Amino acid sequence: MKRLLNQQPSSFTRVILGLLPFIILIGVYVIASDIRLEANPNDKLLPSIAQMSEAIQRMAFEPNRRTGEYIFWVDTFSSLQRLMLGVLLAASLGLCIGLLTGALPLVGASFSPIITVISLIPPLALLPILFIVFGLGELAKVALITIGILPFIAREMQRRTQEIPHEQIIKAQTLGANTSQVLIRVLLPQLTPRLLDAVRLSLGTGWLFLIAAEAIASTEGLGYRIFLVRRYMSMDVILPYVIWITFLAFLLDWVLMKLKDRLFPWQRQGGHS
Amino acid sequence: MIDVKNLWKNYGNKVVLEGINVSVKEGEFITLVGASGCGKSTFLKLLLGTETASKGSLLLDGKPIKGEPDSDRGIVFQQYSVFPHMTVLENVIAAKGFAEKGITGLLWGRKRKEAKAAAERMLDKVGLSSSSHLYPHHLSGGMRQRLAIAQALMGKPRILLLDEPFGALDPGIRKDMHALVLDLWRSEKLTVFMVTHDLHEGFYLGTRLWVFDKLRHDPQAPDAFGAGITFDLPVGQTDPKHLETIEENMKEFSHD
Ligand SMILES: Nc1ncnc2c1ncn2[C@@H]1O[C@H](COP(=O)(O)OP(=O)(O)OP(=O)(O)O)[C@@H](O)[C@H]1O
Ligand SMILES: [Mg+2]
Repeated sequence: MKRLLNQQPSSFTRVILGLLPFIILIGVYVIASDIRLEANPNDKLLPSIAQMSEAIQRMAFEPNRRTGEYIFWVDTFSSLQRLMLGVLLAASLGLCIGLLTGALPLVGASFSPIITVISLIPPLALLPILFIVFGLGELAKVALITIGILPFIAREMQRRTQEIPHEQIIKAQTLGANTSQVLIRVLLPQLTPRLLDAVRLSLGTGWLFLIAAEAIASTEGLGYRIFLVRRYMSMDVILPYVIWITFLAFLLDWVLMKLKDRLFPWQRQGGHS
Repeated sequence: MIDVKNLWKNYGNKVVLEGINVSVKEGEFITLVGASGCGKSTFLKLLLGTETASKGSLLLDGKPIKGEPDSDRGIVFQQYSVFPHMTVLENVIAAKGFAEKGITGLLWGRKRKEAKAAAERMLDKVGLSSSSHLYPHHLSGGMRQRLAIAQALMGKPRILLLDEPFGALDPGIRKDMHALVLDLWRSEKLTVFMVTHDLHEGFYLGTRLWVFDKLRHDPQAPDAFGAGITFDLPVGQTDPKHLETIEENMKEFSHD
């Protein structure tokens, strides 16, 4: 028998071992929910799977009686729209800031300290200010997401820029390249895959700020719905929504990962040669 | 072409180079040897313009050498001197593009066609034509250095600086690379400075050998004195005895 340290699962056992915790979790939930519903059929804390699918059936596939909307999809669409806009904005700004501060010492010297200070402000503390400045509309929510993840992306991009071997920058200059040519042809293309990494890392935070903003002021959205039905203790809606959000987060992450492999064939571990 | 007059370089209190006086004519091929840390790379950086002299002057055609890299001086480092996100061919074409003014240095239309043809000729010269569509991480170390050299030559430099370009390569491949460099040096009429750790390499490549070593030595304060050029030998007419004494010197130096 090999040491535990050296025992590798086969690909089949790896899948089984990976699925096992999920199966146990679901099993435990189903049993616990059964026991509680047995004791009190009106219990709301642990709804049965049937109750949850009924709630989703109602929200996703039947038009709302009052508004005629398919609430689940309206929520999903507006949340994703806010998240994407916020992240896109943060990514493009972060890329520019990181590239310029990382590559140009003069810009770095003047902006690095302020970026560090700004990144220390807790973004949620700014939320009231955003609502006052931008009103309760979409802009404030998008701005919260952007402000929440921008410092991270900007600093990550700055660090990544500085990580690119200086030899390449010198080499380009010996070939006659000017500053903008070095930025656009040498640094920028090498930063884009790293930007996708940074975005992947910051999506979790993005969701956090999205749901926080929606919880406080909104009329639709996944976060809004969860906090709305909390008043009625509708766990049959909250739980599927949480699972759905988790799935969306997973999907976005996966798409970004695949996109990175597909778009940048020159990329390998370490990256530079 | 190049005149070095009483050149000193120090980092803080640490003197790296001291009192270097030397001049170089167009078309010379100079190999630089010396113990590790004695300032060979520093000397190349001064020529390249990424470091400035603390004292003395470094003149190119009688004028102080430019304080930043430009297309007069090409360079090949031991590693990291090609662009990993471009294919072999793109790497060489980019060298042509960077020579143009403009924001991106991208080439279009006729210019791109010409650059591509020139790049293909250059790749042929260094023996990389069959790999032109590969990315650098697919290349072996030797091929990557060939690419780096091709790229540097595309910029039509007058001076080519090589900082241990073949240090990481197998001896067999190194032989091929020597032949390549000598060939290009002759056909492109370059002035070459090449740092190497291999003294024998220095003895039969090129026209002139410089040995960097400390002229004075203070065991109490190892940083107080810098290195100078202790031997400046024409290659081809040297006494094998020299080789032995230099080798001895270098060993002594790196032991303490
Ligand atoms: N930016 C710097 N700041 C301080 N000291 C430096 C700096 N660059 C080089 N040095 C010092 O200068 C000395 C010479 O360095 P250099 O790289 O020129 O040596 P070298 O002859 O090229 O050595 P090697 O053969 O190992 O490449 C070293 O002792 C090094 O510590
Ligand atoms: Mg060196």
